[in-house]
Amino acid sequence: MISRLSAISLNTFREAVRDRVLYNLIVFALVLVAGAPLLGQISIDIEQLALINVGLSAISLFSVVIAIFIGIGLVSKEIEKRTLYTILARPVRRWEFIAGKFFGLLMTLVANMALMTAGFYAAMLVYQHHLTGADARLLIAVYFTILELLMVTAITLLFSSFSTPIFSAVFSFSLFAIGTFSEDLRNFAALAHGATKWFSTVAAYAVPNFASLNVISQVAHQQPINGRLILFNTLYALLYSAAVTAGAVLIFERRNLK
Amino acid sequence: MKANYRARVVAALLLITMGAGSVLALRKVESVRGREATLEEVLYLPSGKTLKRISLGYSGLLADIYWTRAVQYFGAKHHQHATRYDLLYPLLDITTDLDPHMIPVYQTGSIFLCQKVPEGAGQPEKAVILLHKGIRENPEYWRLYFTLGFVHYMDLKDYKAAKDDFETGSNIPGALPWMKIMAARMAEHDDIETAITLWRAVYEITKEDSVRDSALKHIVSLQADALIEELERRIQTYREKTGSLPGRWSDMIHAGLLREVPNDPTGSHFKLMPDGTVDVQDATQFPFLGEVRTNKN
Repeated sequence: MISRLSAISLNTFREAVRDRVLYNLIVFALVLVAGAPLLGQISIDIEQLALINVGLSAISLFSVVIAIFIGIGLVSKEIEKRTLYTILARPVRRWEFIAGKFFGLLMTLVANMALMTAGFYAAMLVYQHHLTGADARLLIAVYFTILELLMVTAITLLFSSFSTPIFSAVFSFSLFAIGTFSEDLRNFAALAHGATKWFSTVAAYAVPNFASLNVISQVAHQQPINGRLILFNTLYALLYSAAVTAGAVLIFERRNLK
Repeated sequence: MKANYRARVVAALLLITMGAGSVLALRKVESVRGREATLEEVLYLPSGKTLKRISLGYSGLLADIYWTRAVQYFGAKHHQHATRYDLLYPLLDITTDLDPHMIPVYQTGSIFLCQKVPEGAGQPEKAVILLHKGIRENPEYWRLYFTLGFVHYMDLKDYKAAKDDFETGSNIPGALPWMKIMAARMAEHDDIETAITLWRAVYEITKEDSVRDSALKHIVSLQADALIEELERRIQTYREKTGSLPGRWSDMIHAGLLREVPNDPTGSHFKLMPDGTVDVQDATQFPFLGEVRTNKN
């Protein structure tokens, strides 16, 4: 089982890194990071702040875009090219295929993140001429972005398991946008009454919570991040992505591929 | 087939348990971040005008969200009996930048701002700035002049400005006639009846529960104040007649100065104090008791 999973994951990774769109997005993100000090220069006293805000935001946003654009084609492309039938004809179970795709995409995204983070720190080095211990704190925001990607990957895979690439992209982006406002949804639930309260509370917990994973402003202002927040965010992202991937498996198991 | 069935069952179980687990983990995340997690981010946003530009035209929606946040912020602080409401005015300012025609923000938001701590933020000057902004953007809405007059009269004790506000508001087409009456009454500083009328109008205008609750408490306190004023006047009459203070209410009844033991607006008997003053049984029912009488003295 492990060998089958790793084979699918590695193949997904290899296929993804051959995609030219991926490189275009990474280069664009790196150009944005490199250009961040320019934004600081047309303002007053926010050069470093602008570099951190623009850099970390670019890494986060482009990673999400990459996750969705690669993720939406993971299943449908295999069906379109009819390679899925060859894979499933071997002793590979459907859940192994989905899990393998999930880990493969995650590997790709983490590799991209590493590349973009290296670019970000290089820009910091050029701007500041040196890196300090305090700059390592920025890695918490990067880590939270990886947790965010864990959830986005699972969501994209869920939609990809039953829908067309274009609809998967629309659904995934919509859910990402809703997830960034999930705390407002919860605030709304707290104010509502009766059935509206019940419905909005369920909706608030069903949609992903990306708001708590965005600590870019805090790290940019050198505010401490609570260790318990790191722990519970990790737990939340792992459990949520596992639940969504299980949903994707459930749908894909029942899907008629004939 | 059997393996497929097993995979489905395991996936369904995973979906349920992991889903439930994620809800529990999210609740932990929320408890670590605290109630004000979303509000803290507001501080990093430069201004409502910038927000409006980056809202891609959805500024109305964003204004709704910010107003909700302002109400949540005030509610949470009020519940904690906080003495500082640093984010309240920036939130209201951003909301009205996003949607300058959102009248409830000016009306209710200014009441949040002007009331004394801990009932409100204790920032009547900021309330005036917010109301001037509202009037600038919505000159046809006469009720904003009422609220401005209310803040000038009740909190800033600027009676001339209050008179001008009521007068200007009364000249706007559609303004109710009592605006002119209010303008005329502004000459009587710290008048209990005027204060009751103003708080009644606030109670009728606003839909926000905390403001309505505060307005009711003010009205009840002011009614008790009016009764205490009258009772103390009669006690002085008794003293002039008999040369001593009454020991109990029955002395006043026998002297023909009262028909029965007087009750406060909640129905409890007033307390007759040894020094000839009058007090209520339960002061917690009248949190604003004596405010106007103290100002008068």
